[in-house]
Order: sequence, then C-alpha cells, then structure tokens
Amino acid sequence: MHHLVETVFRQEYARVFAALVRQLGDFDLAEDALMDAFSAALRVWPTQGVPAAPGAWLTTAARNAATSMARHRTLAAAKHELLVSPSGEAAVGPASEDFPDERLRLVFTCCHPALSLEARVALTLNALCGLPVPAIARLLLAEPAAVAQRLVRAKRKIRLARIPYEVPDGDQLAERLSGVLSVIYLLFTEGYGSTDDAPVVRAALCDEAIRMGRALSTLLPSDPEVGGLLALMLLHHARRDARTDADGDAVPLEAQDRARWDAGEIAEGLRLLDAAMARRQPGPYQVEAAIAALHATAPSWRATDWAQLAALYDTLVASQPSPSAYVARALAHGMAYQPARGLALLAQLGDGALVWAARAELQERALEDGAARASWTEAVARARNDRERRFFMQRARRVEVSGAGAADLPESAGCDRR
Amino acid sequence: MRYALLINKDEAAWAKLDDACRAKWLERYAAYGQKMMAAGILRSGAMLEHTDAATTVRQRDGKRLVTDGPFAETTEQLAGFALIEVANLDEALRWAAGHPDAEWGSVEVRPIVPWDG
Repeated sequence: MHHLVETVFRQEYARVFAALVRQLGDFDLAEDALMDAFSAALRVWPTQGVPAAPGAWLTTAARNAATSMARHRTLAAAKHELLVSPSGEAAVGPASEDFPDERLRLVFTCCHPALSLEARVALTLNALCGLPVPAIARLLLAEPAAVAQRLVRAKRKIRLARIPYEVPDGDQLAERLSGVLSVIYLLFTEGYGSTDDAPVVRAALCDEAIRMGRALSTLLPSDPEVGGLLALMLLHHARRDARTDADGDAVPLEAQDRARWDAGEIAEGLRLLDAAMARRQPGPYQVEAAIAALHATAPSWRATDWAQLAALYDTLVASQPSPSAYVARALAHGMAYQPARGLALLAQLGDGALVWAARAELQERALEDGAARASWTEAVARARNDRERRFFMQRARRVEVSGAGAADLPESAGCDRR
Repeated sequence: MRYALLINKDEAAWAKLDDACRAKWLERYAAYGQKMMAAGILRSGAMLEHTDAATTVRQRDGKRLVTDGPFAETTEQLAGFALIEVANLDEALRWAAGHPDAEWGSVEVRPIVPWDG
C-alpha cells in the first residue's frame, strides 16, 4: 500500500503542488503542506481505500494543513491573508481543466532567468517532476546536501524577490519560453549524453524531459518551437536501444542497427515536426529536429541526404553557433560533396576530440589512410571519457587492419565535383 | 513590492564623454524618471556624484574610521539608484532593462525588506 500511495502521489505531485503554490503564494508552505497531506494519505488510504480523485483529496488535505501551519508561523498574518484571498477559491473540487495552466505557471517560475541554471534544473525536477532531493542528486551527479541547499536558496529567492507565479505576457513570452525549453532540453541531453556513471539511472532524465515536453505541447499546442523540441527529443530517444552494444560501448550512428530504432517514436516525432514546420516560424529546435528526422528516415548511413543535412547545419550554426554544430556541419559538407570541403571547414575549428574524429572520418573517405590513422590517434588522446576513447581506438585499429576501402564511400562522394 | 534599482557604471568611461554627449544622456535620465513617475511607480531616486567624492565610515571598537573613497574599488561604480514599487520581479526587471544605463552599465535589482510586515 505504501508503494501505491507513493505512485499516486508521484503522479499527482506536480498538479497538486502547482495548484497549492497558486493558492498559497508560497513555495515552502505549499511543499510542507503537501508533505503533510502525503503523511495523511499514508494513514488514511490503507484503511479507507484510495479516493476516486486522489489529486483533489491531496489538495484539500494540503490546504487544510497549510491553514493550520500558517496560523503557527511567525509570518502568519501575511500568509493568512493569502490563504483567504480570492485566488484561493478553486481549492476544493476535482482535478479539472485549469490544472494544466497551473503547471504552466509553475514551469515559468521554476525556469525564471533570475535563478541560476543549476537552480532552475533542480527546481524543475523537484516541483514539476515531483522528484525528492536524493533522486535529483543521483540524476545530476551532485551531493544531496548541495541539491537541498540549491533548492532552499532558489525558493528563498522566489519568495524574497517575488518572482511571479504566472505565464508572462506578449513581448516576454517568447523570450521566457525559450528559457523553459532550454531547461527541458538540458534535462534531456544530460540524460542522453551520459556516458560514464550510472547511465541507466540518468536515462530517467530523458523520460522526465519528454514528459515535460509533452505537457508543454499540450499546454501550448500552437507554438512551433515547443513542437520542434518534443519532436527532436523523440527522434533522438527513438535511437536509444541501438546506441550502445552489449558491453555498454557507444555505437556510432553509422554502425547502428536501424531495425532497433523505435518506429513509433520516429513516426510521432515526424508528425510533430511536420505540424510545427507548417506554421512557417522556423527556430533552432525545429532545425535540429529536421536534422534528426533526416537521419531517422535514411535507409542507411550512406544513403543519408547529406546535402540537405549540410544545408540544415548551415542554418543551425547561424543561430546556434556551438562547437559541436560546426563540427557536424563540416562533416556533412565533407560527406555531401568532397571530403576536402569538409576538411577545409574543420581546419578552422580548433583542436578538440570531435574535430579530430571528424577529420579522421573524412580522411578515410578520401582514402588517406595514413592521415586518418594519425587523426584517430589525436582523437584518442583528446577523448573526454573512457567510452569515447574506446570508440576512437577501435576506429584507429580498423583503419590499420583494412585500410579505408572504396566500399566505405558514400554514394555521392567523388561524384559531385562542385 | 518595493525594489531598489542600483545603477552601476564605469565612471572613467562617463568622464571621457564630451559635453554634448553627456547632455544627451542626462536628457534621457530625466525622461526615464518622468516615465517612471507617470507610471506611478517611482518612490525615490538619485544620481550620485562620482566615487572621488565618496567618503567611507566604519565604527570599530568605539572608534570612528574615516577613509577617502568608496567601500571597494570595482570596475563599475554605484552611480545612482531608483526605488520603485511594482507587483513583482518581472515588472521590476522590465523597468530596470528600460533604464538608459542598462545599455552600457548594469542595473542590479534588489527587493526591499518590508519593515511593516
């Protein structure tokens, strides 16, 4: 029964918490009250059964708890005023249509730019995903005490600086929404890119991020970047099973068994992307999703539409000039046209592991075995973790054994003489 | 909810401006002050003389220590403040962002501790 109560609690947490924050106007009070309601549920539900509308039950119990707590607090007067204010009217009653809006308000508070990025991530996991401190600490590879401290400080700042609990209007919405999306995408990439420690645990971050992306796309169905982000996450997530081999080593896109990609997630991602792009308001998440979509729909690595990828990366680096986007752009150009074209782009990109790996890749395609081998060795020396190092070493060995054969060339390479 | 907008900027850069340019900025400050007043949010505000006119006082063990200059040497100096009363941080940030000095200095937004409870 304890387990059941916990499951229900977890499911209802974000909705109930969001409603309480709105009614009480205070994060801490809402949290304390909700914990109190949880204890009450653990006492009552085993004997009386789980109520038909557990969310409404928890909200009512928490609100009652908050009323008596506020009475006992030093700042009781101020808070009591909030408790009896008109905004508290929707206190009792079944979970209803206005719940999604409550959560939307909460997202904008948790992801407010006046909070540090670390605080935004922790707060989002805590308030919107309902994760307790130890779980957040595991996911973020941080000390529980540090996470707890981060949360306390963030909530304190929300209260003292009066960070509003509302969806920003007009001119601010676009700017603030992009902040929310970046927190969600950060959650996703943290989980997706996790290489060394506890990959299984951190995969839960991807699930949380997708869950939030879905919630956001329900709440803001007409925003193309919201749809683009969800599409992007789904299209990447679809590849998760094929990304590692039995030993847990990374399998590059090139070598992945495409039959192991999740067809359902790809289909959903493509559908979302189409709907988003039909609105003709392009944005970086849509571009990244379009890149992922090209890979997801290509029959093989060779038969990927590299020319279109190159064009998409050109667009991407114009708005999001990240080092990894520049490397991917150079690789796409080298794959679509001549390797030399990609190599020339790489020459401007410094000395990182990914730059050397992309260079090695293109040198293999150009049949420059010796140079490719040397580049893989450089990549090995700069690898950022063990898994990456093992992968680069394996590639270096492959060049030694076989030499890069013409069979490895993509069909378009060498044909297009632009 | 009351907030202090603390305006920080590089005094040296300001000192290098020619008179016509400085006059233009002063006009903009005045206009922004008018705008805040018209919106009914400005409670108080002032532009400060440069830190070369500052004197810092500390009281230690019953002794008064007086030193020339600001409390700390920094790249930007406190140049003025505005005390505003608005609903929440988002509104305060909007007013802070609109301040002319936000374009070349920085505006720190600090909530005022409510003494009346």
